[in-house]
Amino acid sequence: MTVEWGHFALILALVLSLCQVGLPFWGLVGRDAALMQTARGTAVGSFVFTFLAFTALSYAYVQSDFSVINVAMNSHSTKPLAYKISGVWSNHEGSMLLWVLILTLFAALVAMARQAIPLSLLAAVLMVQGAVASAFLSFILMTSNPFLRTLDVPAEGRGLNPILQDPGLAIHPPLLYIGYVGFSIAFSFAIGALIHGRIDAVWARFVRPWTLLAWSFLTLGIAMGSYWAYYELGWGGFWFWDPVENASLMPWLAGTALLHSTVVMEKRDALKVWTILLSILTFSMSLIGTFLVRSGVLTSVHTFASDPSRGKFILGILVFFIGGGLSLFAWRANALRQGGLFAPISREAGLVLNNLVLATMAATVLIGTLYPLVLEAISGDKISVGAPFFETTMLPLFLPLAVLQPLGTALSWKRADVWAAMNRLSWAFGLSLLVMGIVLYATRGGSVLAPIGAGIGLWLVLGSLGDLWLRVWRAKAGWVGNLSRLTGLPRSAWGTALAHAGLGISLIGIAATGWGTEVISTVGKGAEVPAGPYRLVLEQVITRNGPDYRETIGRFQVYSEHNKLGVIEPGKRIFIGQTMPKTEAGLMTLGLGQIYASLGDFQPDGTVSLRLYWKPLVVLIWGGALVMAFGGFLSLLDRRSRIAAPRKAGLAQGDAA
Amino acid sequence: MTRKTRRLIIIAGLGSILAFAVGLVLYALNDSIVFFYGPTEVIEKKINVGARLRIGGLVKVGSVVRSSDRMVEFVVGDGNNEIVIHYKGLLPDLFREGQGIVAEGRLEAGQRFAADSVLAKHDENYMPREVADSLKKQGHWQGETKP
Repeated sequence: MTVEWGHFALILALVLSLCQVGLPFWGLVGRDAALMQTARGTAVGSFVFTFLAFTALSYAYVQSDFSVINVAMNSHSTKPLAYKISGVWSNHEGSMLLWVLILTLFAALVAMARQAIPLSLLAAVLMVQGAVASAFLSFILMTSNPFLRTLDVPAEGRGLNPILQDPGLAIHPPLLYIGYVGFSIAFSFAIGALIHGRIDAVWARFVRPWTLLAWSFLTLGIAMGSYWAYYELGWGGFWFWDPVENASLMPWLAGTALLHSTVVMEKRDALKVWTILLSILTFSMSLIGTFLVRSGVLTSVHTFASDPSRGKFILGILVFFIGGGLSLFAWRANALRQGGLFAPISREAGLVLNNLVLATMAATVLIGTLYPLVLEAISGDKISVGAPFFETTMLPLFLPLAVLQPLGTALSWKRADVWAAMNRLSWAFGLSLLVMGIVLYATRGGSVLAPIGAGIGLWLVLGSLGDLWLRVWRAKAGWVGNLSRLTGLPRSAWGTALAHAGLGISLIGIAATGWGTEVISTVGKGAEVPAGPYRLVLEQVITRNGPDYRETIGRFQVYSEHNKLGVIEPGKRIFIGQTMPKTEAGLMTLGLGQIYASLGDFQPDGTVSLRLYWKPLVVLIWGGALVMAFGGFLSLLDRRSRIAAPRKAGLAQGDAA
Repeated sequence: MTRKTRRLIIIAGLGSILAFAVGLVLYALNDSIVFFYGPTEVIEKKINVGARLRIGGLVKVGSVVRSSDRMVEFVVGDGNNEIVIHYKGLLPDLFREGQGIVAEGRLEAGQRFAADSVLAKHDENYMPREVADSLKKQGHWQGETKP
C-alpha cells in the first residue's frame, strides 16, 4: 500500500502546486492579502507531499518491492542498503522525483524564510515556483511515473547499472540538483519583479543568498561529478566536454555571472535590467541541462533509455518557461527604472567585464553543445564537437579574465585608480611571474601552456589572499594586531577571497596535467612499470568475490626510490545481474599527486594490459573547487546576506500592495 | 565624461568582446569538429583519404585480431559495407564482437582506418546512438534488444 500512498501524495502535491499558482494569482489580481498569504501554506504543503511520495518510493527500494516496475528495473535484493537508497535516483523516474523534491523544498524555504520580502513580491515568487513545480509534477505523473506496478512480479531485480554503484552516485546528483534547482529562486524573483514592475537594491539582497547557496552546491556537485568520472570511468581524465558535463557548466558560468551582478546591484543600484535577464537565463540553462540529460537526445552515461514523448514534454516545459520568461522580460523590462551608469574604471566596471566574459563563455558552451543537434536536425550530418573546440574557444576567454580578476577586486567602487591597484598587487604579480619564469625554464621543451596556467593560478591565489592582508595591514598594529584585524574581516570578504583563490588552486591543478606521464604496456607477474618518480611492480593477479560482484584485480606494489609505499589494486568487476565488466581504477594519492592505474584485457598467457598515469598536483583540481564552494558557504554566513536577516524597520512597509 | 561617452565606451567594450568570441567560435567550428559516418557513407560520399572522422558500426564477429604490441585490428560493418580499423591501445570495457562501437581517427587508402580512440559510449541498451541510426539507415536495425 505504501506505494499507492506515495502515488496519491504525488497527485496531492500537484494539486497543491496548482493552488500555489492559482490562489496567489487571484490575490495579486484582486489585491487580496489573505489570498496572497495562501502561497506560503500551499508551498509548504506541496513540499510535504512530494517528500512523502519520495519517502514511499525509497521505502519500496529498501524493501526490494519488485512489484514496482521502477524498483525491479533498477535494484537488486543483494545490494548494500546505501545503494538501495541511492538507487532511487539512479534512474530517470526517481531522479526527476528528486529534482521536484528539491524544487518544492526551495519554495518551502522561501515561504518560511524570515526575509522581509514584500507580500506581493513573495506571492508572485511562490506563484512562479508553483508553476515550475506543477509542470514537472505533471511530467512525472504523465510520462515518468515511478509508482507503476506490474502484475508479473519478477523474483529478482535487474540490478543497478554498475557504473552507478558508487558513493559518488549517492551524493553527486543531489548536490548537482540543489545547484540546478536553486537557481529557480532567482528566476522566480526575476519574474516576480517583472510582474511587480519594481526592482531595487533590496531585491538583490533577497536573491543573493539563494543564488549563493545554489552556486556553492553546484560547484560541489560539478567537482564531485568530475572526480567520480575520473576514478570511475577509467580514462584518467577529469573533464571530457561531454554534452552532459557542459549542461552543468552552463548554469555554473551564468550563475557565477549572476552572483557578481547582484553584488553590483546591491552596492550601486545599477545593472538591474541585466541582472533580471541573467536570472532568467541562468535558470534557463538549468532547464536546458535537464532537457539535454533527460530527453535522450544525447548519448552518455547519464542518459537513461527514454521514449520520445518525454523529450517532447520537457521541450514543451522548456519553451514555456524560457520563452515566457524572456517575453515577459521584453514586455516589462522598460517599466523597470534603469540604474545609473558608472565610470569605465571602477569596481563595478570590472564586474561588468566579468559578467560579459562569463556570459560569453556560457553562450559559447551552449553553441558547442547544441550545434551538433541543430546540424543533425537540419542536414542529417552527424558531427562531434569535442575538447579541441572548447579548448580553442574557452581558454582565450578565460585566461585574460583570470589575469584581470585580482586587479578587479583591488579597484574601489565608483571611481578607481588602476595604477594604484596595480601598484598594490605588484609584489603578487611579480612573484607569480618569477615562479612562472623559473618553471618555464625548468620544464623547457615541455608544454608551454602548463607553466603559464600555473603562473596565472598562483597569481589568483596570491592576489586574492594578498588583497585581504593589504586591506587590514597597518604598520603600527604589529603582527598580533594585524592578525586579529584579519580574522575580524567580514565573512563575505573571506568568502570572496577564498572563492577566487580556489579558482586559482584548481587552475594550478589543471595546468599540472601537462606534466603528467602516461604509460601503456602489457605486464606479467613481476613486471616493473615507471610512473613519474615512482615505479610499480605487479605482484599477482587475483580473482575474488565482493558483496555483489566478482572481480579480477592486479595487485601492484608501489615503490619510490627504495621504499615500499603501498599497494594499489586496479581491476575489473562483474556485478550480479549484469554481464558487462566494469573497470575499477587503482588510485594512490602521494602528496598532491596521484598514481592512477587502469587495467585492460586479461590475456590468455596471464599478462594484462595496463594504463598507468602519474598525475602531479591533480588533487588541486577538486581541492580548489572545494575551497571555492567553502568560500560561497562562508559568504552565506555573513550577516549581510543571512537568509534569516532580522526584519528592518521601514522595509516591510515598502509593500505597496 | 558625459553619459554618452561612458555608454559608448561600454558598448564598444561589449562589442569587441562579442566579436572576439564569435571569431573564436567560427574558427574553432571550422577547425575542430569531426563528422560521423557509417562504412557505407564513407564509400558513397567518397571521403578523402587522410580525413579526420568518426566511424561507427558493429564489430564483425570473429574479426578481432590482437598482435603482441597491443595492436588491435578489427572489422566494423553496417550490414552492407565494412571497414578495417586498426588501433593501438586499451579497448574500452564494452568493446566486444557483435557490439556497436565508434572509432575516431584518420581514413586510409583501401577502406582502412587508423583509429586513435575507440569509444563504446552507449545508453543502457549498449548501442551508441550514431551506430543505431546508421544501422537503421542501412536497414539492419534489430530493435531495442537487451543484452
